[in-house]
Amino acid sequence: MDILIAKLPVADWINDFVKWLSGFTGFFNGVTNFIGAIANMFQWVFDLIPIWLFFVLILGLTFYVKRNDKKWGLLIFELLGLLFIWNMGYWRDMTQTLTLVLTSCLIVYVIGIPLGIWMAKTQWVNMVMQPVLDFMQTMPAFVYLIPAVAFFGIGTVPGVIASVIFAMPPTVRMTNLGIRQVPVDLIEAADSYGSTSWQKLFKVQLPLAQSTMMAGINQSLMLALSMVVIASMIGTLGLGTQVYFAVGRNDAGAGFTAGLSIVILAIILDRITQSLKK
Amino acid sequence: MTIEVEVKNVTKIFGKQLAKAKKLVRENKSKEDILAQTGATVGVDRASFTIKQGEIFVIMGLSGSGKSTLIRMINQLIPATDGQILIDGQDLTKLNKQEMIALRRKKMSMVFQNFALFPNYTIIQNVAFGLEIKGKDKAQREARAHEALELVGLKGYDDQYPNQLSGGMQQRVGLARALASDTDILLMDEAFSALDPLNRKEMQDELLRIQSELHKTIIFISHDLNEALKLGDHIMIMRDGQVIQTGTPEEILTQPADDYVERFIEDVDRSRVLTAANVMIKPAMVNIEKSGPRTALREMRENNTSSIYVIDNQQRFIGMADARDVIELVRKQQKDLGQVLQKDVPTTNPDTPIKELMSEISTTPIPFAVLDEREHLLGIIVRGAVLGALAGDGVTE
Repeated sequence: MDILIAKLPVADWINDFVKWLSGFTGFFNGVTNFIGAIANMFQWVFDLIPIWLFFVLILGLTFYVKRNDKKWGLLIFELLGLLFIWNMGYWRDMTQTLTLVLTSCLIVYVIGIPLGIWMAKTQWVNMVMQPVLDFMQTMPAFVYLIPAVAFFGIGTVPGVIASVIFAMPPTVRMTNLGIRQVPVDLIEAADSYGSTSWQKLFKVQLPLAQSTMMAGINQSLMLALSMVVIASMIGTLGLGTQVYFAVGRNDAGAGFTAGLSIVILAIILDRITQSLKK
Repeated sequence: MTIEVEVKNVTKIFGKQLAKAKKLVRENKSKEDILAQTGATVGVDRASFTIKQGEIFVIMGLSGSGKSTLIRMINQLIPATDGQILIDGQDLTKLNKQEMIALRRKKMSMVFQNFALFPNYTIIQNVAFGLEIKGKDKAQREARAHEALELVGLKGYDDQYPNQLSGGMQQRVGLARALASDTDILLMDEAFSALDPLNRKEMQDELLRIQSELHKTIIFISHDLNEALKLGDHIMIMRDGQVIQTGTPEEILTQPADDYVERFIEDVDRSRVLTAANVMIKPAMVNIEKSGPRTALREMRENNTSSIYVIDNQQRFIGMADARDVIELVRKQQKDLGQVLQKDVPTTNPDTPIKELMSEISTTPIPFAVLDEREHLLGIIVRGAVLGALAGDGVTE
């Protein structure tokens, strides 16, 4: 049978497509510079502030978001966790990882929330985006690294790009879901008093979708964090790099401590964003 | 009186193949035939009626009769498939989106069955919603919202959230929101159907009181004939999307258009629609698990009664206490009302027709306690109120 003899040239097509895209050097340089600037800004701030101030900021933020439920266990965890990272000598790596995560998430939210709103409001966008989101989420994250390097070189920027693609779906989906879940009689109420689409969106739909959206925002953050080790393979610096090196040196101890530092950072980010929901 | 709303041959068809379904509707094909031939559902079938300025126009029908669809076509939440809806001589079905938004802001406001209050807004913000949408500044809209809240008897709840209020109070807020918008037409979609009988009666009275002050044009949807008869200046009865009869309550009662209407009003004719719920009044009540004889005595004094109804923590009715017995308790400095509780109080449920209770009411000196299926005390029936109701004065119908 022919189908078994001649392999479909899908891989060739994609390679051709990637090559064709690489022609737009100006565009990709622009994106690289823009994302690089955001990442550099975060890193500059983290390098500028002394470590004690970082402690104060994180603990202060936690205190602020937890002020209503009065559970202070997290504060102690954060204090010990951050001291551990500092003690292990991973402080700068931790801030580099934080830069990657924050830059990715910033881009995810700026693109993902409006996209989710658009999906909720327009049926055809919803139909087009659903499979695209499935694709983004289930395609092994490694695969994104290949074209990312081709377009954006190595370093932080391609890591951010890959993380953005991988971490975007929950924000888009939960925004879409949250808006669709607003009870129909409240939409009717908003309409019957003569709301425009924008008024309805900002006064009714978004406020009522808020807690669902926050769940998506939290998920995206966690997914971005899960990319740090993978991104280190294309030269994105951070805790992931330490894990990657440890694998190369077959050094279980170093790998474990770096990994533990990622876990600590993940728990801190997760708990803080979860508290924002309430 | 001038005509406020004129509806001509308005049809709503849900589904595909609208053109074909529309043609079949015009050929007087039945709903079932059209569904079989096109897969489309006829929601409203060529409804025509006029509503005069300042009247309460009740659209009545059972569920599936198309009444909710019809009211939503009047403010175009659901666009009509065919026909004309004229307000101020403007055909709503021809308006574009901006013109429709402008008309909704200026002309119409709506009260919903399940209140549809915004849970993220405080009461005052909810009431001011219509004005906020219109772009009125904060001070102006809150002043107006205060007036509206006062009008529905809800002063001082400004900063609460909807979920902190009971159903009856929430619907007052819903009504206040509609009134605050200063529109001429009020659309009320089963506005009181989700309320318990006492609250519903209270809200009906409240609406009539407010209407006597404001003279709005009110389009009221109901599935309850008692409510329709009580509120409506005109009543329109719908079935399967078609208008069966339109007329004053008297006309509906005395000249029913067909068997369907006749069956509807059968109950009304036989007992003049009075049930226990219609004639009951709020009793003096005391919770035995929270209060003792002194509280009971004070309650009775405040309510000018000589007996008090006793409930437990679950709001269940457990008996009645007489003033003389309670005074005796107080004198003996005893704390437990249980000692003087009379348990042989006659009870009934709210849907029992008064006719069935008549003979007992006339022979028993103790008022009937009206209990729901969970034994909650809804109200009591005193002889005077029943006689008054039968004589046709003062009470609900």
